[in-house]
Amino acid sequence: MADIESRVRDIIVTELGVEPSKVTPEASFVEDLGADSLDTVELVMAFEEEFGIEIPDEDAEKMETVGDAIKYLTEKEGA
Amino acid sequence: MKELEGAVAVITGGFRGIGLATAKQLADAGAAVAVLDMDESGKESAEAELPGGRAYICNVTELEDVNTAVDAVTEELGPITVLVNNAGVTRDNLLLRMKDDEWNLVLDVNLRGTFLMTRAVSKGMIKERAGSIVNLASVVGVMGNAGQANYASAKAGIIGFTKAVAKELAPRGVRANAVAPGFIDTAMTQKLPKKARETLMGQIPLGKLGEPEDVARVIRFLAGPASSYITGQVLVVDGGMVM
Repeated sequence: MADIESRVRDIIVTELGVEPSKVTPEASFVEDLGADSLDTVELVMAFEEEFGIEIPDEDAEKMETVGDAIKYLTEKEGA
Repeated sequence: MKELEGAVAVITGGFRGIGLATAKQLADAGAAVAVLDMDESGKESAEAELPGGRAYICNVTELEDVNTAVDAVTEELGPITVLVNNAGVTRDNLLLRMKDDEWNLVLDVNLRGTFLMTRAVSKGMIKERAGSIVNLASVVGVMGNAGQANYASAKAGIIGFTKAVAKELAPRGVRANAVAPGFIDTAMTQKLPKKARETLMGQIPLGKLGEPEDVARVIRFLAGPASSYITGQVLVVDGGMVM
């Protein structure tokens, strides 16, 4: 199985329909990747599905960048 | 090609009345139809009336039932592209006599059931970037009705819900509209006392009760591509009672 970072990046590329090269750790979903509020919800749901976890709203709100998501999901996976 | 060819339609409260008439209309339009209902005794007759259609036992107020039914339909027929939230009940009583149970049940089935079904189905519609949701409101939700504070509240709630959902899902190509039937000749209205029926009849400019098919044809229109530029609307089907 691919490592967490590449799984997260794959989901972002698919869900947001963006170029893989734009999915850098610093990239903000809303500012840089053009996600609207519904996109971000879809993204969180895709993470939940991929990793078989539930992401509470208060955690989802803090995920602003690609790096935030990778960090959060890595911690969740390790737990 | 028929207008709903390739569509998968789910109709709640679909074993009889407006729900069953709607399922027939949508099947006639080419959709694969699945009817959901909690009335186990009505399953066989519904299946008999819907050749090729599927019938599932589902209580729309039970989250587990809803998820199980939505998963089963998706697995057997494909992604759901049409949802008709038709399941409803009445427990009429004057406000001063209305029991908490009567209030809660009517809000639960009509409004919360619509919410649970829509939430479960909209996920797939968003993914498909296509879908049409039709919610059954009522003229009572528009004009009120003595003895139906619970039902009028639930149906008015459905109108607000429909508009909010229409705005949320529009960017994903998913539409949501409501139909507000007037006095339709179904098991629900046959319960009314003769006097009340006569009084209601006097308020209908077209001078007759509506048939389930009168509503079902409008739902067919809202479900299909003929209404592709309409979302967030309430279409009143009442023989002219409310203008």
